[in-house]
Amino acid sequence: MKHIKCECGHVNPEGTVLCEACGKPIEVNQHIDGNDKKKLLNMRYEGSARRSTTYNKTIIDKIWNFFSSVKVAVWLIILALIASGIGTILPLEQYIPADAVSRDPAIFYPETYGLFGQIYFQLGFHKLYSSWWYLILISLIGVSLVICSIDRFVPLYRALKRQKAKRHQSFLNRQRFYSESELVSQEDIDAVKAQLKKQRYRIMEEEGHFVAEKGRFSRWGPYVNHIGLIIILIAALLRTTSFFYIDDYVWVREGELTVVPGTESEFYIENNEFILDTYDTEDERFKDAIAKQGQIIPSNFQTNATIYTAENSDVIGAEENLEELGEYQISMNKPAKFGGYTLYQQGYQLNEFSTMTFKIYEMNDSEAESLGEFTIDLFNLQTEYVLDNGFKVEVVEYYPDYSLTENGVRSKTNESNNPAFVFNLFPPNSEASEISFVGDVIGSAEDLGIDTSVVDLQPMANVIGAFAPSIDATGENEYRVLIDSIEFDRKSGLSIKRDYTLPLFGLGAIIFMIGVIQGMYWQHRRIWLHSKSNGILLAAHTNKNWFGLKKDIEKAIEGTSVRMVEDQKEDD
Amino acid sequence: MESLLNTSSTMLFTAFILYLVATFFFGFTIKDKTNEHRKSGFIGKLAITLTIIGFFAQLIYFITRWMASGHAPVSNMFEFVTFLGMCLVLAFIIIYFIYRINILGLFALPIAMIFIAYASVFPTEIAPLVPSLKSHWLYIHVTTVALGSGILFISFVAGLIYLIHEVDQHERTLRTVSLEVILYIIFLLLGFIIISTIYSSMNYNASFEYELNGKPVVANYTLPAIAAPNDGTLVTEGVMEPWFETPSWMQGADAGRKFNSVIWSFFTGTLLYLLTRLVLRKRVGAAIQPLLKHVKPDLVDEINYRSVAIGFPVFTLGGLIFAAIWAQEAWGRFWGWDPKEVWALITWFFYAAYLHLRLSRGWHGEKSAWLAVIGFGIILFNLIVVNLVLAGLHSYA
Repeated sequence: MKHIKCECGHVNPEGTVLCEACGKPIEVNQHIDGNDKKKLLNMRYEGSARRSTTYNKTIIDKIWNFFSSVKVAVWLIILALIASGIGTILPLEQYIPADAVSRDPAIFYPETYGLFGQIYFQLGFHKLYSSWWYLILISLIGVSLVICSIDRFVPLYRALKRQKAKRHQSFLNRQRFYSESELVSQEDIDAVKAQLKKQRYRIMEEEGHFVAEKGRFSRWGPYVNHIGLIIILIAALLRTTSFFYIDDYVWVREGELTVVPGTESEFYIENNEFILDTYDTEDERFKDAIAKQGQIIPSNFQTNATIYTAENSDVIGAEENLEELGEYQISMNKPAKFGGYTLYQQGYQLNEFSTMTFKIYEMNDSEAESLGEFTIDLFNLQTEYVLDNGFKVEVVEYYPDYSLTENGVRSKTNESNNPAFVFNLFPPNSEASEISFVGDVIGSAEDLGIDTSVVDLQPMANVIGAFAPSIDATGENEYRVLIDSIEFDRKSGLSIKRDYTLPLFGLGAIIFMIGVIQGMYWQHRRIWLHSKSNGILLAAHTNKNWFGLKKDIEKAIEGTSVRMVEDQKEDD
Repeated sequence: MESLLNTSSTMLFTAFILYLVATFFFGFTIKDKTNEHRKSGFIGKLAITLTIIGFFAQLIYFITRWMASGHAPVSNMFEFVTFLGMCLVLAFIIIYFIYRINILGLFALPIAMIFIAYASVFPTEIAPLVPSLKSHWLYIHVTTVALGSGILFISFVAGLIYLIHEVDQHERTLRTVSLEVILYIIFLLLGFIIISTIYSSMNYNASFEYELNGKPVVANYTLPAIAAPNDGTLVTEGVMEPWFETPSWMQGADAGRKFNSVIWSFFTGTLLYLLTRLVLRKRVGAAIQPLLKHVKPDLVDEINYRSVAIGFPVFTLGGLIFAAIWAQEAWGRFWGWDPKEVWALITWFFYAAYLHLRLSRGWHGEKSAWLAVIGFGIILFNLIVVNLVLAGLHSYA
């Protein structure tokens, strides 16, 4: 490295524009900050030697220089901005609605949005924010943050640390605020100094010259906020690992005890009760809005649960070793927290079908006694049911979550939320069989005006089934199968999270905010007083708010013979 | 209860009228040169006093509505947009007392009024909070976002004044056209408000039945239906038959009705704009320019920057940090790439770029002014388009 020795004796690193100690412009480097074309010195980085403006030979230099450019940083930001915008045009993969044509993206996008959807899907925009190129873009912003900050911070820190009170004249008279005064008495100089001290300037003296400085820490603001952002990016990186971040989901029926997934069988949960409260439609305050919406509005989703810890989690199914940890009321915005995990109320199903009892009747005789009954346990479905009196019912088709769409009949999920069956009925001593369709209780309840997402069907379990269709496809059936009674389950959906990166994100956010405030609401001000044989030179610099600096100076020189500085600002 | 609500809406109306009167008084100060001396004349003082009284009236609206509903009135589109208007006025009052510049009021108050008028187009009934909104973070997050946006809006106001003052109107250039487009968009907003007010005073109503998420719902149009809801049937008799249907890719509650309003705003706003042009016989920007001849561009530019410098951290805090904390409390994920979240991030990226360009690359004056206008556009996009077109967690109202 070629060092540059200034006439003041200070040895500057290669590439320095203004001597770190006395500020004298180093002639060969003036083009770097554009000082050669202007009267005023460019003070942005104190004329310190930045790597990016000094070296440009090797490939590493070129990469460094690329990323240390603010222009490049802004372009990266704009690209990220545009890319992020594109990702919001259509819903993301995870936001495909539950009642969509299909939850398969390959079908959903083209079916719903036509050709545009097809292209959108094929370009991978349905998961844009986890695509390799988006992640690379964000990482490039991260790299740019680090390199920009190091490139400027280190030399700036050096320059401000090594600055001396005695400055070269050519540094002072090329500052924006500058004045020369003759015949200034020592008393006046002392008065100015005292005034500046009063205004909380720190004074540094050398051979009768002095510099008054305040708010230097605001110069670090940008670097502090960049550190905050880097911490956030690191946290985001860590969050992709399963040690730092666990995300799971569990459905628990009322009265059911089950292991909490994701906790390595350490915790068990028992759902004591699921509560769904709704707003009173007669409520004075809200009745207009509720009437306008035309539906019941829930006010609370809550699971009252007991959490257990497993004594020895190595033993599978060792339920007798469970120890109660406590009772929790988990509702929206009030998750349960235990052992580093958090449980969130996320979903519910009031009317999950658990068992259904069917009765067989003769087709044309509605008054008649039933000819027999059978019960289907939906969690343990048989392929055929044989009745005592010789009837045999074969389950030909089963749709656990029946729905009829434009594209035909399908099951929305594999949960028994709205069962429908196609039965093949074999009467006793008969070779011929009959096909009939029975089910879609939810559909018929909705037709009756019951909002099944908020109304329990259990109280009407013995009657509601009668409204469900029992369809004779051929019109020649002699028997029909009707739903007699139903047992419902209420279940609650809880998501389990463990996220060790949260404190890191929080720290990053706090540091970012501190940095922004530090850099934006304080100013770095310096006022130099240079003694000469027949007077003094006064110069001043600030990184922003020149108006405020001017007022400080006016106050400091009041009543003395020191001449007020002149603003030498040139038009760009 | 009823009386509280009545007080509340009366106060909002009072505030609106006061802002209107204050705008006229700010208009009278236009020939004042006193701006330069950092003190305002009598009319200027009167104008700012009226503004402050108006702000307090709106504050009373806010408090009484809070008392009536039991939750902070920031939970639906009407309440939020009204609050946004209030934050804009607050930001204006603060900036006014730093810089004492009357001309800012002439532009800031009408924009605040546009917000309040726009808000009143949405249902104004007090709605109960659904479980996910029941959190203190609702108040903290929403109010901070609105305040941050309100302050950022001032940078737009300053930018707009700067542009009208600075853009050379002697010949048609890209700059004059762009400026004219911005003014035209303001005409569209005005058109929307005017047409909605006309028809609502006539109690116009046309109802449609259509299906939303497989359930039959009714859409009540308060403007004659040009665009019917997708697959909707008109049930009201004796009203105008719709011309066509809203395309199915417009999602969210009441997409058809909102789209219909957009069409109407275009009709009315364009008509209004053309009439204005016909009367003025020159570009609207060119017509306003001479009125601003006493404006000091440096000062306006400083206000533009200063509002971003204050608004950016507030917006970051409310729109990203508090939002993330709430999302973590409610759903266990502080970030979910929901369209509203993404657009908050885009807004943040944009103002970050603004600050870098200004502080590091010396983008002052006109460049900064254009950026401030674009930033305003992004925030409005998030407020209007994201709620109207893109479905998501925030598409309430």
